Amino acid sequence: MYKSSLKQTLKDLDTKKISIRELNQDYLNRIKENENLNVFIHFSEDNVLKQIDNLENDNSAKKLKGIPIAIKDLFCTKSMPTTAASKILENFNPTYESFVTQKLLDEGSIFVGKTNLDEFAMGSATNTSFFGNTINPLSKENEPLAPGGSSGGSAAAVAADLCLGATGTDTGGSIRQPASFCGVVGIKPTYGLCSRWGIAAFASSLDQAGIFSHNVEDASILLQSIAGFDQRDSTSAKVDIPNYFENLDDDLNGKTVGIPKEYSIDGTPMEISQIWEDAIKVLEKKGVKIKNISLPHSKYALPTYYIIAPAEASSNLARYDGVKYGFRSDEIDSLDEMYENTRAQGFGREVKRRILIGTYVLSAGYYDAYYLKAQKVRKLIANDFNKAFKECDFIVTPTAPSAAFPLNEKQNDPIKMYLNDVFTVPASLAGLPGISIPFGKDKNNLPLGIQILGKHFDEQQVFNAAVSLERSYE
Amino acid sequence: MNNLIKGEKHDWEMVIGLEIHAQVKSNSKLFSSSSTKFGSLPNSQVSLVDAAMPGMLPVINKYCVEQAVKTGVGLNAKINNYSVFDRKNYFYADLPQGYQISQYKYPIVGEGKVTIDFKDGTSKDIRIVRLHLEQDAGKSLHDQNPSKTYVDLNRSGVALMEIVSEPDIRTPDEAGMYISKIRSILMYLDTCDGNMQEGSLRADVNISVRKPGDEYGTRCEIKNLNSIKFIKQAINYEAKRQIEILESGGSIEQNTMLFNTSTGKTKPMRNKEEAHDYRYFPDPDLLPLEISKEEIGKIKSSIPELPDELKNKFIETYKLSNYDASVLTAEKQTSDYFNETINSDSELKNHAKIVVNWITSELFSLLNKNNQDLNKSPVSPENLGQLIKLISTNEISGKIAKDVLEDMFSSGKTARQIVDEKDLQQVTDQGEIAKVIDEVIAENPKMVEQYLAGKDKLLGFFVGKAMKLTKGKANPKMLNDILKQKLNKKN
Repeated sequence: MYKSSLKQTLKDLDTKKISIRELNQDYLNRIKENENLNVFIHFSEDNVLKQIDNLENDNSAKKLKGIPIAIKDLFCTKSMPTTAASKILENFNPTYESFVTQKLLDEGSIFVGKTNLDEFAMGSATNTSFFGNTINPLSKENEPLAPGGSSGGSAAAVAADLCLGATGTDTGGSIRQPASFCGVVGIKPTYGLCSRWGIAAFASSLDQAGIFSHNVEDASILLQSIAGFDQRDSTSAKVDIPNYFENLDDDLNGKTVGIPKEYSIDGTPMEISQIWEDAIKVLEKKGVKIKNISLPHSKYALPTYYIIAPAEASSNLARYDGVKYGFRSDEIDSLDEMYENTRAQGFGREVKRRILIGTYVLSAGYYDAYYLKAQKVRKLIANDFNKAFKECDFIVTPTAPSAAFPLNEKQNDPIKMYLNDVFTVPASLAGLPGISIPFGKDKNNLPLGIQILGKHFDEQQVFNAAVSLERSYE
Repeated sequence: MNNLIKGEKHDWEMVIGLEIHAQVKSNSKLFSSSSTKFGSLPNSQVSLVDAAMPGMLPVINKYCVEQAVKTGVGLNAKINNYSVFDRKNYFYADLPQGYQISQYKYPIVGEGKVTIDFKDGTSKDIRIVRLHLEQDAGKSLHDQNPSKTYVDLNRSGVALMEIVSEPDIRTPDEAGMYISKIRSILMYLDTCDGNMQEGSLRADVNISVRKPGDEYGTRCEIKNLNSIKFIKQAINYEAKRQIEILESGGSIEQNTMLFNTSTGKTKPMRNKEEAHDYRYFPDPDLLPLEISKEEIGKIKSSIPELPDELKNKFIETYKLSNYDASVLTAEKQTSDYFNETINSDSELKNHAKIVVNWITSELFSLLNKNNQDLNKSPVSPENLGQLIKLISTNEISGKIAKDVLEDMFSSGKTARQIVDEKDLQQVTDQGEIAKVIDEVIAENPKMVEQYLAGKDKLLGFFVGKAMKLTKGKANPKMLNDILKQKLNKKN
């Protein structure tokens, strides 16, 4: 069965080494063989075959023509239902196509299915989905591991070779952490690089679409395809999108990497500290200057995040009320009862928990102490990064505090679960681009991830550092 | 002026503040491109954004922002270069997002004032606290089905300006004058169509009562009143209700009230404890709204003459009274009509007061009687001007002119046509009038005797008789003069 990188596949399609149909048939077969991983919320072979038919009749040149891509089920799609992994949107069929998926369709890619996620992207293990857990493809038999989250389905889809790339969204680490857990590349670009139009919102000031792929080159190709200004999203940025792939440059000689001391957290496993050191050594050998930097407010990032994100979520999820679309409870004797029962039955525990936290921190009498203060701290965190980036070109840290953990661990301990985001959340709050690349293994031979952060809209530097590290590691 | 109302025990003063919701005149909604046309089929003007579909995002409509800035300028208010859209969170079936996008801490327009003019020539300033932009909700239709409620989202997302006054209003009349004045300014600016029946302009009234000189009392808010008549009724009822409670030793609960238009009574909707916690916070889907000084300047320069400017101009140019000028400028169509009338003939400029009277009393009463609007008046400003010219040049008398106007109103003919056809020209020929007077005197020798004996009142009798003989066409002044002359000669 065909298995390769996106870059190579594009060549093979171009040289007719393989046809679009043959290629996608292999991916379809693999998807069917791996149904036990529960990667997809929606998968329809017919739908994929129809897309192949259409492309075969399409003679125009397209950048991603025939490339099988998996879509996180938070992106609204016309040809497939969209659930956000929630019962409340169980049978929701959008009449519109999200900005990001439309761009991928315009480039000629084939959507193989909608991937599983934590309900409304709230989680770090893809275990809060109404449609069940996704299993990390790297799991050993009888020892199922979590794929990370919230974009666990997309990360697993790439790791199991069920597609050549996948979309994800990252609010506090939802691309980078599962990429690390599944041993794939995951990039969250700068806030505003990709339009949020058509992505079911979790926390609007943090949500950002991004890419999973087998390697950095592939990520650079795919990110370019989904980036760009969109007037329908007021927070979308008007910036020129460079050709990341063409501009890839692994020569880092003379660059400076920032190493934030605050990311050395007590209790971080040795293996994590080890790969971090290894990465720094590799960079040093490549002529990169090592600069110790300080991000003093990083320690407040998690609590800040867990105020701002739930606050926005509590309001963003108010529209799921049973009135207009989606699930509506049968037990309704009054309007209030309709709301209460619909939302009680339609949302899962984690979503309810965050709605409650968010409602609380925005309430009269608590707003100043929580939400307003969190916004102030968020500014301080962003300022820390701005200052640091005056002294360095990019920052390197671990992606997550551990390798993939067993499926049901931390299920009942939200705080422990939230700690998964400790390295990814600060950059989210600052709106900075970050990538996770596989780098080293733990004692169980599970992949670990290194995170590279860059300046606003400096995705090119992030890719360059990432490809350099990746090539020296391979 | 005594604004106090008598209670059983002593006098009370009302303290009133208004929150006016004015629909922004704009073809599309505040955050989407759907049409705002009134009266369309339910749910025919609903975009994905208006229906709050997953992943949909608001995008500010720049035209609505300009309209709000224009209005701010018209209210003599401070325009804020920086303002923020917030989410006001609450659940209701016709609020698809589960929140309303509004402005809370940082409104687009700050402090301003408007002036209201009283009949006695005095005027009063009502201060404006702020004006902010917000979305309207949809409509719940409860009367379509006995057991179901339907929702129409056509109005969902339509832009509103909320104009909040200081509690500077002291009587129901002032409240009425204030809302009329705001309406007038908005209509001059063309930022709101002012149609209260269709709900384009509605108000929440905050009212409390106090003994003169005391601190403000506890207030109640009466929601969603859509006519000046109801506003006055509601204030009167609510003030009386509060006074009765206070005079019997009770205290006022800070309630939100609804006004029942058929009973004329207010009743509580919810109390302070049941009040919503709206959990305002800045909408993360929208950037803060920044307007440069240049943009504000550009908008300012596009603003037409406003009622107060026009009023002062009328006072200066035509020597009109403050009250006459304010009546003329209360509605744009009235001042436009006046302008066109007075400019239709250069002579009329010297008879401005007559022009005002003919518009605001004669023409208005005809329009009222026929339930017609000034901008659809069958009598054009040029034709009215012609009629007034006929009066001012003594061609017809004022009394006959009234009949002519009625004829013009129903037939659509010009004053000249009617006067000619019916031969209504005033008789100004001295000889002709004298001849008629001689006849009257000859026919009524007894009356003449009595008159000469000192019964001055009888002059009216002779005038009436003579007028009748001329079919009302005699110039009244000439008739009077000649009559007196002739009678006195008999002496």
